[in-house]
Amino acid sequence: MTDILKPRDAADVEEAVRWALGAGKTLALHGHGSKAALGRPAQSDLTLDLSALAGVTLYEPEELVLSARAGTPIADIAALLASRGQELAFEPLDHAALLGGEAGRGTLAGTVAVNAAGPRRIKAGAARDHVLGVNAVSGRGETFKTGGRVVKNVTGYDLCKVLSGSWGTLAVMTEITVKVLPRAETEDTLLVRGEDEAAAAGTMAKAMGSSCEVSGAAHVPAALAGRIDPALAGRAVTALRLEGVAPSVAHRRELLETLLRDRGPLERLGEGRSRALWTALRDVAPLAGGDRVVWRLSTAPMHGHRMAAAIAAETDAERFYDWAGGLLWLALPPGDDAGAALVRRHLAAFGGHATLVRAPAAVRAAVDVFEPQPEPVAALTRRLKDGFDPQRVLEPGRMYAGV
Amino acid sequence: MSALKMPAPDAAVMARRAEIVAALRAIVPGEGVIATENEMRPYESDGLTAYRQLPLVVVLPETTAQVSQILRYCSQNGIKVVPRGAGTSLSGGALPLGDGVLLGLGKFNRVLEVDFDNRVAVVQPGVTNLAITRAVEHEGFYYAPDPSSQIACTIGGNVAENSGGVHCLKYGLTTNNVLGVEMVLINGDVIRLGGKHLDSGGYDLLGLVTGSEGLLGVVTEVTVRILKKPETARAVLVGFPSSEAAGDCVARIIGAGIIPGGMEMMDRPAILAAEEFVHAGYPLDVEALLIVELDGPAAEVDHLLERVASIAKECQATTLRVSTSEEERLLFWAGRKAAFPAVGRISPDYYCMDGTIPRARLPHVLARMREMSEKYGLRVANVFHAGDGNLHPLILYDANKPGELERAEAFGSDILRLCVEVGGVLTGEHGVGVEKRDLMPAMFSPVDLAHQQRVKCAFDSEGLLNPGKVFPQLHRCAELGRMHISGGRLPFPDIPRF
Repeated sequence: MTDILKPRDAADVEEAVRWALGAGKTLALHGHGSKAALGRPAQSDLTLDLSALAGVTLYEPEELVLSARAGTPIADIAALLASRGQELAFEPLDHAALLGGEAGRGTLAGTVAVNAAGPRRIKAGAARDHVLGVNAVSGRGETFKTGGRVVKNVTGYDLCKVLSGSWGTLAVMTEITVKVLPRAETEDTLLVRGEDEAAAAGTMAKAMGSSCEVSGAAHVPAALAGRIDPALAGRAVTALRLEGVAPSVAHRRELLETLLRDRGPLERLGEGRSRALWTALRDVAPLAGGDRVVWRLSTAPMHGHRMAAAIAAETDAERFYDWAGGLLWLALPPGDDAGAALVRRHLAAFGGHATLVRAPAAVRAAVDVFEPQPEPVAALTRRLKDGFDPQRVLEPGRMYAGV
Repeated sequence: MSALKMPAPDAAVMARRAEIVAALRAIVPGEGVIATENEMRPYESDGLTAYRQLPLVVVLPETTAQVSQILRYCSQNGIKVVPRGAGTSLSGGALPLGDGVLLGLGKFNRVLEVDFDNRVAVVQPGVTNLAITRAVEHEGFYYAPDPSSQIACTIGGNVAENSGGVHCLKYGLTTNNVLGVEMVLINGDVIRLGGKHLDSGGYDLLGLVTGSEGLLGVVTEVTVRILKKPETARAVLVGFPSSEAAGDCVARIIGAGIIPGGMEMMDRPAILAAEEFVHAGYPLDVEALLIVELDGPAAEVDHLLERVASIAKECQATTLRVSTSEEERLLFWAGRKAAFPAVGRISPDYYCMDGTIPRARLPHVLARMREMSEKYGLRVANVFHAGDGNLHPLILYDANKPGELERAEAFGSDILRLCVEVGGVLTGEHGVGVEKRDLMPAMFSPVDLAHQQRVKCAFDSEGLLNPGKVFPQLHRCAELGRMHISGGRLPFPDIPRF
């Protein structure tokens, strides 16, 4: 059992990192542990438990800004925002369905550290696009801040971007300021049924290329359709989400129906089922359970189905698409390399990046979990790590060996 | 302008000028190397024209391979390099160095690919911001960030500065709209970050490079996201008896869940100057004027305009006009867009500031600015991106009057310190450059700045790319790399341990 250090505040965090530096120990960063099974398996001596650094420190709805300590539960933030008709527009996913564990867990810092992004990524961006400022302790045991609390800010380097998605390998974030946005008053989803994957990509491109302001575009092949909504079982689903004020949603729904009338009769889901459907897609519900390994691939929207077809020609590949076809969730039969060689070979042909999201720890230790980098980029990665955490105290090896 | 300390020119490099020019000519043949004083003169400054400096030599490569060879040569020979796009920077980001090569990207001016199915455009860095929209508008698309210099400024410069515009609150800045770059590192390595896909598989280096002001590498290709144009856009012009009332209105609009495409505020001096210049029909008996633009489907725009109008009435609006035609909408904007030149007509010179503040602090900041205005004996006009808190005070002065320029600069510095004091930042979209470099400690501690500089060290450890910009003091990377560990023996008594 690894030792756990539980700092009470940011000063304790600095002290903990300094102690670890002096003692030659390494630290794994932990909020609720909801993402512990992601990335390369932890190789750290101790766990730094940040769950006591909790609480919203600033929320000004009319300024669209919220600050909270690192370990603040994302569920608490969502509830607070909802009470004022707002939300985190990037739709952070709940990993419980995919990885197991209790639903509704996860902290603000964990969400930012993995650069979470749900179906609305195509319209509203990822966590990286919403982080305005960060207070952190680097692997040098030094407390620093970056950014601020305003949207428009080009003062100095945007370290918020590189901390988002750095998996705790550069610094321990202690407090984060995010941009928050009004939650749409209503939503609806139009469904095209029975399309194959190539046709669905065309449908989604057509919808995204219209002025309908589609805020979610996903395709689930017939085999998995029942897992997003039992009533949809048996036939492939292409789902297009519209959000906004009621008259606007109604207007754009008609527009979209006209635009896609050659796709056969469209189904309207209505607000309640629409919300449930996008939550299921966000949380990767179609691939929940079972012993398959799960990959997450980001590519150009029109390349997703081609890449999937190439992979499926060589192995049994369960899959569905988000981000208008550009995000491919892929479940492959378990095996020693989790299909890594196959996935990366085809990815290279189309461009993008692939992350092994679910696999046994031994497999995640043996294959590249994150996208391998060409040498000049890998060198930049190492040198950034050298700058922020030269002794490799923070989450060593979580993303790449030696980083 | 007042004395600005730039890195001391390296006499050894200056002495090797002929040899350096010859080496660059070997890489870029013909007229791509400019070495005579007359021909280099247009490059001596950027949009911050008060600072001027002739470069050692100007080189205008045409291919990524040439850029790579130039940077490799400069890196191997310890020669500084200043990248330049269209030279529209308002913060001196492209100010040359007397011992540095000025690397102009003006010949990288081609749109390489427009991919409507994937909704991206791939362009060279010298393509202007507006030219991207021109290349895709026949299919009803556009590129969203729209800095006011968009006719002239280039996408490469936009990436370097993380440029904004009036539609940032709804559509984001450059960093939210760039998907990928090809760039050349100082050692000549050519790398690709991002592409037509979203997000990064490793560290978000693209996010770091965007807004790095030419200190990390030279961008040679940019992939941007393009959007379908909104179905319609309408604007409403609202006058208020006080800036407090206007500020309150802005807060209530956003509090009501409305994110306008654009929301601009002007104070009385700016309104008067703009109206006299453009005749946009602005009311002259108000203290603050708000332009709120809503875009999207007509049904949505009409619906939200009604809400905005009713909120404005609750906030003591004295005048309210909704645009009834596209011509009228553009006329509403014409005054705002011409605010800078309009102010230029009522004063021999003006100095444009660029701080951002939490919106709610606007009345306080304006009141303090009035006090400063009296103290310095200089007038100030304000235009304000009210949606995102970005404030552009224009300080009016006369450079021919002894001491006025220095007073204007001191006034400007006080305004920016005030922005930081109320929770804002030094620059919202113009960049730090040389202009705000020495104010950085007002916002960042030495430790904060050291962490930013370690990014610089990861990309350019010798500090050859655009030195003298952004950082008040560029520490040697070896010095920044040292560890100062204290606390190795700490028994760690105070932290709960399980």
